[in-house]
Amino acid sequence: MSATGQGVVVTGMGATTPLGGDVATTWDGLLAGRSGVSTIDEEWVDTFELPVKIAAQLATEPTETIKRVEARRLDRSEQTAIVAAREAWAHADLGDYPSTEDGSPKVEGLRLAVIIGTGIGGALTLLGQDDILEQQGLRKVSVLTIPMLMPNGPAAHVGLEFGAAAGVHAPVSACASGAEAIAWAWRMLKADEVDVVVAGGTEACIAPITIGGFSQARTMALRNDEPERASRPFDTGRNGFVLGEGAGMVVLEREEFAQARGATVHGRIAGIGTSADAYHITAPDPEGTGQSRAIAAALRTAGIDPSDVGHVNCHATATSVGDVAETVAVKKAIGEHPVLTAPKGSLGHLLGAAGAVEAITTILSVREGLVPPTANLEELDPDVTLDVVAGDARKVSLDAAISDSFGFGGHNVCLAITPA
Amino acid sequence: MATNEEILPDLASIVEEVAGVDAAEVTSEKSFVDDLDIDSLSMVEIAVQAEDKFGVKIPDDELAKLTTVQDAVDYISSHS
Repeated sequence: MSATGQGVVVTGMGATTPLGGDVATTWDGLLAGRSGVSTIDEEWVDTFELPVKIAAQLATEPTETIKRVEARRLDRSEQTAIVAAREAWAHADLGDYPSTEDGSPKVEGLRLAVIIGTGIGGALTLLGQDDILEQQGLRKVSVLTIPMLMPNGPAAHVGLEFGAAAGVHAPVSACASGAEAIAWAWRMLKADEVDVVVAGGTEACIAPITIGGFSQARTMALRNDEPERASRPFDTGRNGFVLGEGAGMVVLEREEFAQARGATVHGRIAGIGTSADAYHITAPDPEGTGQSRAIAAALRTAGIDPSDVGHVNCHATATSVGDVAETVAVKKAIGEHPVLTAPKGSLGHLLGAAGAVEAITTILSVREGLVPPTANLEELDPDVTLDVVAGDARKVSLDAAISDSFGFGGHNVCLAITPA
Repeated sequence: MATNEEILPDLASIVEEVAGVDAAEVTSEKSFVDDLDIDSLSMVEIAVQAEDKFGVKIPDDELAKLTTVQDAVDYISSHS
């Protein structure tokens, strides 16, 4: 189905999210329409009188699988990246890490890249070390402050772990970062620069200043009394997103390389489309112009006709303007026929990890022929005139699907996903 | 002044805490870099914790001279 050159196939997936510590539990939670949102049990919520007292916090602490000594050298956003990347690597059956003594990875380091995006980076380290500097002085500031706060830290640590020598990159495009990493990987694989890329996104920045900042921008859900009902994409009662944390990683390979080593293929990144709104720093273009261009580009690079797209995994964060604008873009670029879902009803908004986690759920939808419901969608916004799955998961045989990701700054990244 | 026998177990537990090396491996003849595989960043962390634990000052130029565990024990013993 690929328009140019050889295909890009998905051979591994890993995730840690508010619904579960791996892909399987995350997917089960999504299919069940479960919510990963809960009350934040921290003093600072009251100290700063934050209007938002809820978040989509990790279901499984990274330290349950990462050794203590390792964990203390990693920012939380690096820990989540490591957890998801290890799962994806094992899932792809790429062999021992190069760092082990009898390591025999099935890909050469010189043909392996790691591309991991983040929206915010190591904010928790920056904030924590700044507190230490102010309260205890320079002596107590960690020697690892900079590698823990730098936004390329997650990519660098995962790259070191697997011995990736062909390139380690960290796209930063707010809430499109995770999808942008996959788009970047697709380009490297298409150009035959590498055989394998570990690509994805990570985020862990639940803190007073991020919640405070997003609150001041009037973008956050305020349903503090009912956390599990707070994230409501496409619903008439929506009033913003719920901040989440987590990571998602995929292992992508050149089709020939995957075939030669007999890898199991779970789906394809058939095409990618990126664009910029050039409209406003935070608000999406209500006409969906830039978004529809990104969707159209993904279909064009994939060589897919709009009529073949059966499903769109929406970015829909549950803001009043954004959700409707996205459906306008879908109608322009694809038409009225795709079945939509909005995973953020369950997951909350994982910012830089969202695009990667949602690419995984789209890959699973195509593979399983199953579209998860949009949690908390009880009364569809009358301005949304498309078919949005609500209540129960829906069986749909899919030839192609689109995963949308958009970010503050007007970044639009769309991935065209097809079956193995 | 603390004795070598008192210093070594505490220093070993700091090394274990910072670098993940089993405290039992931290014996006097071992080199921090060559035997225990401790990098320069971890050495700074170990020094800061040792300063607090033993009430000594370990300036960077002195730290650079501490090659073996025994070097560190001797320095702490004579400066605490």
